Amino acid sequence: MQKFTKITSPAAALREADVDTDVIFPARFLLLLDKAGLGKHLFHERRHRRDGTRTDFVLNTPPFDQAEILVAGANFGSGSSREQAVWALTDFGIRCVIAPSFGEIFYSNCFKNGALPLVIQGDAHERVMLAAESGKPITVDLETQTVELPDGEVIGLDIDPYRRRTLMLGLDEIGSILADDADEIAAFEARLRASQPWLFLDDGRLERLFADTRAR
Amino acid sequence: MTARTLYEKVWQSHVVRDYDDGTSLLYIDRHLVQEVSSPQAFAGLIEQNRALARPSAHISVADHAVPTRDRHLPLAEGLAARQVERLIENCTRFGIDYITMTDDRHGIVHVIGPELGFTLPGATLVCGDSHTSTHGAFGAIAFGIGASECECVFATQTLRQRKQKTMRVTLNGALQPGVAVKDIILALIAKIGTHGGVGYAIEYAGTAIATLSMEARMTLCNMSIEAGSRVGMVAPDETTFSYLKGRPLAPAGEAWEAALAHWQTLPSEPDAVFDKEVDLDVAALSPHVSWGTNPGETSPVSERVPDPADQSDPVRRTKMERSLAYMDLKPGMPLEEIDVDHVFIGSCTNGRLEDMRIAASVVKGRKVAPTVTAIAVPGSASVRKQAESEGLDRIFIDAGFEWRASGCSMCVAMNDDRLKPGERCASTSNRNFEGRQGQGGRTHLMSPAMAAAAAIAGHLIDVRKLEPTT
Ligand code: SF4
Repeated sequence: MQKFTKITSPAAALREADVDTDVIFPARFLLLLDKAGLGKHLFHERRHRRDGTRTDFVLNTPPFDQAEILVAGANFGSGSSREQAVWALTDFGIRCVIAPSFGEIFYSNCFKNGALPLVIQGDAHERVMLAAESGKPITVDLETQTVELPDGEVIGLDIDPYRRRTLMLGLDEIGSILADDADEIAAFEARLRASQPWLFLDDGRLERLFADTRAR
Repeated sequence: MTARTLYEKVWQSHVVRDYDDGTSLLYIDRHLVQEVSSPQAFAGLIEQNRALARPSAHISVADHAVPTRDRHLPLAEGLAARQVERLIENCTRFGIDYITMTDDRHGIVHVIGPELGFTLPGATLVCGDSHTSTHGAFGAIAFGIGASECECVFATQTLRQRKQKTMRVTLNGALQPGVAVKDIILALIAKIGTHGGVGYAIEYAGTAIATLSMEARMTLCNMSIEAGSRVGMVAPDETTFSYLKGRPLAPAGEAWEAALAHWQTLPSEPDAVFDKEVDLDVAALSPHVSWGTNPGETSPVSERVPDPADQSDPVRRTKMERSLAYMDLKPGMPLEEIDVDHVFIGSCTNGRLEDMRIAASVVKGRKVAPTVTAIAVPGSASVRKQAESEGLDRIFIDAGFEWRASGCSMCVAMNDDRLKPGERCASTSNRNFEGRQGQGGRTHLMSPAMAAAAAIAGHLIDVRKLEPTT
């Protein structure tokens, strides 16, 4: 996973609440099989007219077409679990989304892809939004846990320590679970099998249900 | 020991270890695999040369991209065919049982999990799909995850998670005739907002719950995610147990007795404390419809399209203006005067047998308005078969509906079932987001009875007002 330490970039301002994952990444592009290259479908309906021409949506408008930060309204990324929403953002070049609140699955998907969803609320959020609209660069620093606005204001952040470390080191979560916890998982599984054996389908139930298809 | 909630009991019985930052490693019993969220997860496994931790924890089906017509034909060349092919290749390679499109076990993941008895009380169940909350109706901790988390479950059978706070939604009273559980959940989302449940595991309780079928409970838990909650649960009871008994993947014989004894210990203790309490008087509810572009933008059908000018919160006002512009609705217009072009009865919210029965009872002896295209899409092959054995297919077809094969269909418009730009649909699905049912399409969410009534009337209407059939 790509590491995240510090970025400085103009921030695209999207003054809108409840931007759902269907808007971020429309369902018809979910048929694509790869993570790479999804950025061209990011906010597809907002960025393209039906005749294929480009709108003046913020991400089409320099300097924000190069933005690495997006500032949005509350409940950003609500709706579907599609990780394509995050892959499209990062493929486009956006590594950090700042909003007063997020859809929960989107929020956790970000951290798996080297992207930082930052919760900033109230007046501070409005100041970040205004700074974004000014087009001047904003700095997000995970090391010092701060956001620095163009006028010099520094906003302190409180980020989950595990997730911060994962992003800063670009850690492979699956790798670390397998390396550190495999024995505990095996021991737990044995205990669970003893106490709730019906949770395990390798006792013949699955085999019976799919006897016909397994035979093929 | 302090009194525990249902959620806490299932959570604690699945914690492998607690980390010192307050997260836990949670053991996952079951994983439903579908075509949309799995290709990249499998690709990750292959790239890292990792094996499945426990192949028997997964079953797989393609539901989003499959056509609902001409199912005996091979899929037409194209992206959907490639996606389904990829799923089959991956399942073969990793030893996961895969249910084909023409199999009589086929259906939407959240319909077939319960039907097969794959979904059990007290289990942890995940799927790369946000409506996995559906399975919480059985007293499982079931939640939607992203593709990276699917990969983690494949490789480790665990997920690193933070325990949710708990919210109890108490539903008291009895539903009036013509009012459905869909109206409860729409009214709840309108009340607490699409963000009201973020961070919470909801437990639905109250006197209304005991009277609800498993199908109705699934509708309720299904749309918990539309209130922001990844998890919605109902404590298992006799209704749950009698639904599960005899299902192919449910325990049988002595194992059933042992499981039952355990499941009976799961309900929240009477003095368990929830982090948040919400009450809803179910008896006072009337049929609801959505008018905006998220499920919280919903009102009783007797009302008018709201006026953004009456909204004091500027952010809400802007959102509402945007929604009305997208939906092409004027403030003050009676909701019942909104004409529809399409009606969709189906999805993991309302594509079960009970939903088909209710919709059929409304359309029976009536005709779909000439301006409307209406489709009924059973959530599974088994629902389709049972409905046909009851003659529901004839009722739909005689009224002018198309009767289709199982899948997500017009809920997500990833196959050919989709709205054209500007078209408007009365839908029993769960999301009215911009473009959800097709680029530029407009969605009004409602119950199966209300969608059926809209098909007949050609516009939104309180189902209780339909002229009686002669
Ligand atoms: S029916 Fe709709 S909501 Fe349910 S799983 Fe399919 S696409 Fe998702």
